[in-house]
Amino acid sequence: MIYFDNSATTQIDPTVLESYQIVSQKIWGNPSSLHKLGETAFNLLEQARQQIADLMKVNSDEIYFTSGGTEGDNWAVKGTAIEKQNYGKHIISTEIEHPAVLNSLKQLEKMGYEVTYLPVNEAGFVQVADVEKALRPDTILVSVMAVNNEIGSIQPIREIGDILQAYPKVHFHVDAVQAIGKGLAAVLQHERIDILTFSGHKFHAPRGSGFIYLKKGRKLAPLLSGGGQEKNYRSGTEHVAADVSLAKALRIILDQEQSKVEQQQVIKEKIYQHLKNKSKVTIFSDITSNYASHILCFAIQGVRGETIVHAFENHDIYISTTSACSSKKNIAAGTLKAMGVPEAIATSAVRVSLDEHNTLQEAEVFIDVFDELYEQFKKINS
Amino acid sequence: MQYTEIMVRYGELSTKGKNRRNFIDRLGHNVRQSLHQFKNLEIKAQRDRMHIKLNGEDAQAVMDRLSQVFGIQNFSPSIRVERDIEAVKEMATKMVAEYYEPGMTFKINTRRSDHNYAYDTNEMNDMLGGHILETVPGIKVKMKNPDLLLRVEVRLNGIYLSFGKIDGAGGLPVGTAGKGMLMLSGGIDSPVAGYMAMKRGVEIEMVHFFSPPYTSEKALNKAKELTAKLTPYAGSIQFLEVPFTEIQETIKENVPEGYLMTIQRRFMLRLSVALAEKRNALAIFNGEALGQVASQTLESMVAINDVTTMPVLRPVLSLDKNEIIDIAKKIDTFELSIMPFEDCCTIFAPPAPKTRPKLDKARHYESRLDVEGLMERALAGVKVTRVQVNDEFLNEKKDEFAGLL
Repeated sequence: MIYFDNSATTQIDPTVLESYQIVSQKIWGNPSSLHKLGETAFNLLEQARQQIADLMKVNSDEIYFTSGGTEGDNWAVKGTAIEKQNYGKHIISTEIEHPAVLNSLKQLEKMGYEVTYLPVNEAGFVQVADVEKALRPDTILVSVMAVNNEIGSIQPIREIGDILQAYPKVHFHVDAVQAIGKGLAAVLQHERIDILTFSGHKFHAPRGSGFIYLKKGRKLAPLLSGGGQEKNYRSGTEHVAADVSLAKALRIILDQEQSKVEQQQVIKEKIYQHLKNKSKVTIFSDITSNYASHILCFAIQGVRGETIVHAFENHDIYISTTSACSSKKNIAAGTLKAMGVPEAIATSAVRVSLDEHNTLQEAEVFIDVFDELYEQFKKINS
Repeated sequence: MQYTEIMVRYGELSTKGKNRRNFIDRLGHNVRQSLHQFKNLEIKAQRDRMHIKLNGEDAQAVMDRLSQVFGIQNFSPSIRVERDIEAVKEMATKMVAEYYEPGMTFKINTRRSDHNYAYDTNEMNDMLGGHILETVPGIKVKMKNPDLLLRVEVRLNGIYLSFGKIDGAGGLPVGTAGKGMLMLSGGIDSPVAGYMAMKRGVEIEMVHFFSPPYTSEKALNKAKELTAKLTPYAGSIQFLEVPFTEIQETIKENVPEGYLMTIQRRFMLRLSVALAEKRNALAIFNGEALGQVASQTLESMVAINDVTTMPVLRPVLSLDKNEIIDIAKKIDTFELSIMPFEDCCTIFAPPAPKTRPKLDKARHYESRLDVEGLMERALAGVKVTRVQVNDEFLNEKKDEFAGLL
């Protein structure tokens, strides 16, 4: 099997799973309990938090555990909207955000908030000048993803951060779900970023695990009210086993991050070089450092994305249409549409997404299979 | 940039004439203790500067620690190169280029402690400045307030280049101003009081009262953990735990409710003084602030202070609560302090303590008790623990967890 769909989800790391099992079975106390079972669980949880904070080079009280990327994005967007409603109701985001952000914004629009959706250029990048133009006195939030999940374009987060230095009251949220472990620490460590969203299952932690970074001094209204866990910001009995697994998976993915990223870049380039001369192929993510090393998005003219996915599947190779979340909805992917890609080509797009376990040999097999399929497809697209 | 050493400039002690040797020795000792976990460091406390050779240790981690040690004005991470002018030129360019952004200005500041070196200060400044102008395109020289100030120091064993100065904690080296006992409850105020005492050079020992089974092991560990938070400023701190159960029970049984607090505190102060005398300390420090709670009125202080003539010093006396909290946050004790464990001050707190207790009444009620006997038994049970930098008490299972994370 060749798994090239790592932006959809990753396989859980066996040693991470082992931690999950041990914690679930042996350290199952409620961290809020006063007795020693609770205390042990509490200590472990806090140690996991500290480890994540150390890895991210932030303070442990800036890390909040969540159930994953969707919760993190919902929390950043709606939590800001509720918290800062008295300061204004204008939000700036982009047309290419993940649905967790976009649909949260849609909900807020129904409640009277106003959202400016910034366009992207034909290569898939937000223009920094557009952010500056869109800022208003009543703007409370700017939410821009670090790495686009469909084509891998790396957004100008640092430059936007620089601009927002002059607007200290605005929350700056960055969806970093596709950026972690991809050699982009410099993008995520801009001092102006207030909130970062992360999802565990994108880096070999279990589903339902995740965390946000919330800068000290910034406030988000909680979405989950209750027993006051996570300093009253996110109630619900802590999922200690998941949180510990998450901390471990993060440590593992960030270990020798650079060499892993270089390996993925080599694989991406190999496939890219092969595809770029095919007359029916359009590539949306090039091999420059403007795009993440693990995502390659391309279309084969005249063949629907779904057809391509299944054709590869028959060879035990797993790729996806542009994002797992919209792949079953038979609509053109949001990012490609926003880039102005014609509907006919956008619906023919597929995404190859790598991780550190993929090899150059796999890329060679992929290329052979691609050539075979490309010949077959000629029957329908020439 | 791979720094090779950190140069430390002394604080106020430079002006202290005769005591200088003592101060420098003490500071050297404190720095060594504070950095004890970095095994490869070579620390030399010399007359005018302290030099810490990194030998591969992480410069940032060492500097984070160093910035907490009292008695240091500032310090600079530096890089040593051979006394070959070409090597110096090359490194100077490398360092400036790393920080240079278009439009920036620079200045070279050379200092020679070895006056036999081939070039004098002005020649060095000229040569290096000229070299940087040639090799870093666009950069300009500026004598007053340059953006980048490269310090070059010529010493016998090499030439040291450094950028900028990082502020130290100021104050006086802990231990140069004698020793005091700090009454440490576990609340927000007392660790701050301890910090302020240390800042002025006082070595402190912690006195903590605990009352099992009314107070839990957790409360005791919390006090030790608070102590650990203060160790970076001092190196290490002795922690004295005083059993207080019998005294509290006896007071509760025999003293009217309104005076429970007053009498209790009189005992605490007496015990602290007894320990101070035994351990050669000269004063008692505590975290009392005026008017915060019922027991912290001047009347109350009179009624409590009555038991001793030893100075009872209250460094946070006139601070507002918010000011105390700000310091607690700065020294990272705040989050710990607000952890909700019952301590010996809260457990027997009467619903309505007297805000203006009378001294004669306090004496009168106390006379019903066997003060001598109670004191003796409590002092016999004192346990001493040496708390070091990075010690952990609240989370002793750390190693057990290591494999999971």
